[in-house]
Amino acid sequence: MRLTNRYKVVSDKKMTFAEKLYLPAIATGLGITIRHFFKQKVTISYPEVKREYAPVFRGRHVLKRDENGAERCTACGLCALACPAEAITMLAAERKRGEEQLYREEKYAEKYEINMLRCIFCGLCEEACPKEAIFLTDTHVTAEFHRDDFIYGKKQLVEPVDNRIDVSKRGKPSGRL
Amino acid sequence: MPKVIIDGFEIEVPAGTTILNAARQIGGDLVPPAMCYYSKLKDSGGKCRTCLVKVTKGSNTDPRPMPKLVASCRTVVADGMEVANITSPEVLDARKGVVEFLLINHPLDCPVCDQAGECDLQDLAFEHGSPKTRYEFERRTFEPIDIGDKIKLHMNRCIMCFRCVFLADQLTPERLHGIMNRGDHAEISTYIEKAVDNDFSGNMIDVCPVGALTDRTFRFTSRVWFTNPVLAHRQCNTCCGKTILWMKGDEVLRVSARTTFYGEVEEFICNTCRFEKKNAADWIMEGPADISRHSVIAQNHSHTMQVLKNGVPQYDDSQKPTPKVKSEIE
Repeated sequence: MRLTNRYKVVSDKKMTFAEKLYLPAIATGLGITIRHFFKQKVTISYPEVKREYAPVFRGRHVLKRDENGAERCTACGLCALACPAEAITMLAAERKRGEEQLYREEKYAEKYEINMLRCIFCGLCEEACPKEAIFLTDTHVTAEFHRDDFIYGKKQLVEPVDNRIDVSKRGKPSGRL
Repeated sequence: MPKVIIDGFEIEVPAGTTILNAARQIGGDLVPPAMCYYSKLKDSGGKCRTCLVKVTKGSNTDPRPMPKLVASCRTVVADGMEVANITSPEVLDARKGVVEFLLINHPLDCPVCDQAGECDLQDLAFEHGSPKTRYEFERRTFEPIDIGDKIKLHMNRCIMCFRCVFLADQLTPERLHGIMNRGDHAEISTYIEKAVDNDFSGNMIDVCPVGALTDRTFRFTSRVWFTNPVLAHRQCNTCCGKTILWMKGDEVLRVSARTTFYGEVEEFICNTCRFEKKNAADWIMEGPADISRHSVIAQNHSHTMQVLKNGVPQYDDSQKPTPKVKSEIE
């Protein structure tokens, strides 16, 4: 069975004198190298120049707050259900009287953990979320020294009240009504 | 015995059987959904109107069709009766309207509600409802009430099926709750938040088709699809002691009565079994409970895993009647 038409039959026939000189081959090779001097560079000098991310880039997660600063997440578990890597776990708790400013719904996530080593950044949690609480941002999950540190809790995930993370560019995931 | 034809399928049933029960004997897609009818509770039904069907031929003696759609849970079959359920566009349209009415005051708080995943109204709306609401006005709202220390009443979610009232009437010697007010103002109430503390009061959680009555001992501990339903029993002096344990690891999060294919309790269980026995050691485990493969609860694969452990991969659908595909009937 032949897999491609671009095959070549290899032979070990004796080289001619011109071929033995290697000079024409060297000239052809140099020609290819020199041509690349005049082509546009494909690399950039990274820390000084940064490439723009595509709007659909999926980096580390953020748990959004609503306009009053209350947490949107209600621990419904749909993100954990949708997660193909089973990276998300959560524990729900009931909101007490007087905590209305902290949590938007009657129920909230007391614990919310994402194992970033398991996460494959597919964005299905974002798509499943009925409360528009979880979004994938354009920041990266940074390197750590210990595996335990990759389990992000609410401390890392919930956006700070005074430093909101803009996810407006990401828009609504497709398929939502 | 009268013969009745439902969506082209003929069945002979004892006189006095309702259309709904005759359809359930045939099984499959042609069974009308029911939110208020409960075969274990006498006089239930006729409230929610989701089981509306069209009677195209009254009977052999009087072949005229019935002038309006009828509630199949309350209409008794007659010999030669012909009924159209899913073959009638009129019925499907009416059902869609009924779902819209049921959802008028029902909040969209499924992410918060403990019933989500095993809620009859959720299934009904998914199958028969429209994806958007047209209702623009304020929904009626109530504060959640604790009736006793074990049961939570969310009146917002109630669809006025009266099942819990019938249960209290028929299962317990004295009734402690009922419906107050009328029309749009109707609400389930215990009259000045009196506690319902009967031995069998917990069953109102199981008969409630929505999340209006929920288990306070299970409140917000886990979503149902993260728990593993396990059949178990124990020696109980007050009830049969046969239950389903909803487990997470070795923890028993919730105990509920076993249900039939149509979501009706097989045998009512007492409050001691339901609320007090939350230790795995209290129970004798029988094995994983059967969950329909189409249910979200089957997502945790506990049933499959258990079965695979025993070496025989199989799905036990014996309880389920053979499904009739819609196209087959048309």
